[in-house]
Amino acid sequence: MTVVTLARALNAGLRRALEDDDRVILMGEDIGKLGGVFRVTDALQKDFGENRVIDTPLAESGIVGTAVGLALHGYRPVVEIQFDGFVYPAFDQITSQVAKLHARSSGSVKMPMVIRIPYGGGIGAVEHHSESPEAYFAHTPGLRVVSPSNPVDGYWMIQQAIACDDPVVFFEPKRRYWEKAELDGDLVPDPLFSARVVRPGRDATLACYGPMVRTCLDASAAIAAEGVELEVIDLRTLSPLDLQTLCASVERTGRLVVAHEAPTFLGLGAEIAARVSERCFYSLQAPVVRVAGFHAPYPPSRLEHHYLPDLDRVLDGVERALAY
Amino acid sequence: MDSGTASELIQLLTPEGERLHHPVYDVDLSDAEYRALFRDLVMVRRVDVEATALQRQGELGLWASLLGQEAAQVGSGRALEQDDYAFPTYREHGVAYTRGVDPVRLLGLFRGVSNGGWNPDEKNFALYTIVIGNQCLHAVGYAMGIAMDHTRAHAERTPAVLAYFGDGASSQGDVNEAFVFAASFNAPVVFFCQNNQWAISEPLEKQSRIPLYRRASGFGFPGVRVDGNDVLGVLAVTRKHLADARDGLGPSLIEAFTYRMGAHTTSDDPSRYRLAADLETWRLKDPIERLRSFLWRQQLGDQSFFDEVDAEAEELAVHLREACRAMPDPEPDAMFSAVYAEPHPLVDEERAQFADYLNSFEPVAEEVHR
Repeated sequence: MTVVTLARALNAGLRRALEDDDRVILMGEDIGKLGGVFRVTDALQKDFGENRVIDTPLAESGIVGTAVGLALHGYRPVVEIQFDGFVYPAFDQITSQVAKLHARSSGSVKMPMVIRIPYGGGIGAVEHHSESPEAYFAHTPGLRVVSPSNPVDGYWMIQQAIACDDPVVFFEPKRRYWEKAELDGDLVPDPLFSARVVRPGRDATLACYGPMVRTCLDASAAIAAEGVELEVIDLRTLSPLDLQTLCASVERTGRLVVAHEAPTFLGLGAEIAARVSERCFYSLQAPVVRVAGFHAPYPPSRLEHHYLPDLDRVLDGVERALAY
Repeated sequence: MDSGTASELIQLLTPEGERLHHPVYDVDLSDAEYRALFRDLVMVRRVDVEATALQRQGELGLWASLLGQEAAQVGSGRALEQDDYAFPTYREHGVAYTRGVDPVRLLGLFRGVSNGGWNPDEKNFALYTIVIGNQCLHAVGYAMGIAMDHTRAHAERTPAVLAYFGDGASSQGDVNEAFVFAASFNAPVVFFCQNNQWAISEPLEKQSRIPLYRRASGFGFPGVRVDGNDVLGVLAVTRKHLADARDGLGPSLIEAFTYRMGAHTTSDDPSRYRLAADLETWRLKDPIERLRSFLWRQQLGDQSFFDEVDAEAEELAVHLREACRAMPDPEPDAMFSAVYAEPHPLVDEERAQFADYLNSFEPVAEEVHR
């Protein structure tokens, strides 16, 4: 049992994937000698060689497009997009090719690719370095979308994503890269496409993922002092959604608050609200409440603490749900 | 605009059917091989003519004609060895033919029964790619994979990859990124640009102020321009560049200078943007007629040979018409069947719900379409 950061846990997960399957290759900008701008690929090129940990030219469509060709040739590419806001040049390849090739080929072609994207705000960065574009990808049939919230999940989920025969967009909460947890490498992990109740409670369900899980756990601890017990669900998978776990919780609590950094409008919360309303209509005591980013471009970093849902805004949402 | 000079154009067969030689690029073919190329050209044109007719008859939703580009496609396709791999656009019917893909499969795509139609690994021929230029990156990635296998296996010689695109696509970011990646990784890929002069209605000068093949030098690899209506020239040039790629010499660019004799697709109306006189000039450079003249002159083919080829083309046409009309629509369930390789609860749920919805209707007598 060792204590590791999320960045380190991802590094260990990638290392194990590289060891387990020699068709696994990593591609991206600055992932070699530098070890990635967040050091997630630290020392992997040194240990596995330039043929398996590949520094690419600075072109995101090129990275994903060539990864398609490598996947067609039997490799399992894990590509790194350096920051969330830089994925858009690759959007065409991801949505037109990566997501569709399996269907286009009536199943004869598989696209076992992982697209790692550090995402979300809270690190005081310049523009394009703090975005949460997950809904674009979750909206696209053919893609799977997941996001770990902690080192233990980071370690296992990256390996499970690499083992998946479908393309997985893997969102890493960059402001949680340095958070630590104890890692047990012999544990049997939960299935990749499952949510998890990370704090049981009876009064309302609080659904979140990635960087918001820590915030929501803090919020639930704070409100517990007032006698309100929140059930916190770490969604972990955004496409497909684990509605079973979510609905089972809502049927117990009768209330649901969804929190994410991405803008509220047409975000994951909107879909979750619609699905839960359809399935748990007679259990709901209140409308589903969303606590999320605003319909405004991500602001300059001196304003980001206003933009990002924090503990108080989450609890404000919880109180709105409890008021019914 | 600098449109290049005649001396930049590699040609082994003039429009009149005169055989030329070139110090670097040449072919030494048997009589049977010359005849086989002629046969290919005729068959490929017949596929195109039939498909256009089938579209007009309402059997296909659309067709992208290759009329005029038969030599560029047959010449390059026949340069491929079996373990090489080709990445086409959506107009490479001639290349598909040389790779052994049943032309009926191509019709299926344009009829709307499939978005693909063949298993790419069976013929080493990727699926048609409609988004302009996307496939060039796939080709480079595939070639990078070949090179990586090669390094791992310490092999002397690798298969090569042929990446097709057009003059319009030369403006796309993906094509230029493909050039950068290919150069950076010394990938065994040959970029094959069919410059047919038109990107729907936009003439070449909208895309480039220099001949396209010269762009290669800016990316640090060789570029060459060949007469795209000369099947021998295209065969020679593509063979040489594929051989170089297999030998580890890295990427190169071939510009096959040709002309789109037909419309962009059956939905297009070229009379709105180009002159009929240009067509006349290019009709005199027809790829099939020049090889026919050569075969006649060299006494490589007599009337009975040409009749035989025509009869075979007629047989192919009958097969295409019958197979196309007999092609059933897919079952509605097919749209859910290969969204993901692994189970996906949302797809499963919608699939079941839609099946229930369809089953909720009273059965009715099947509608007679024709």
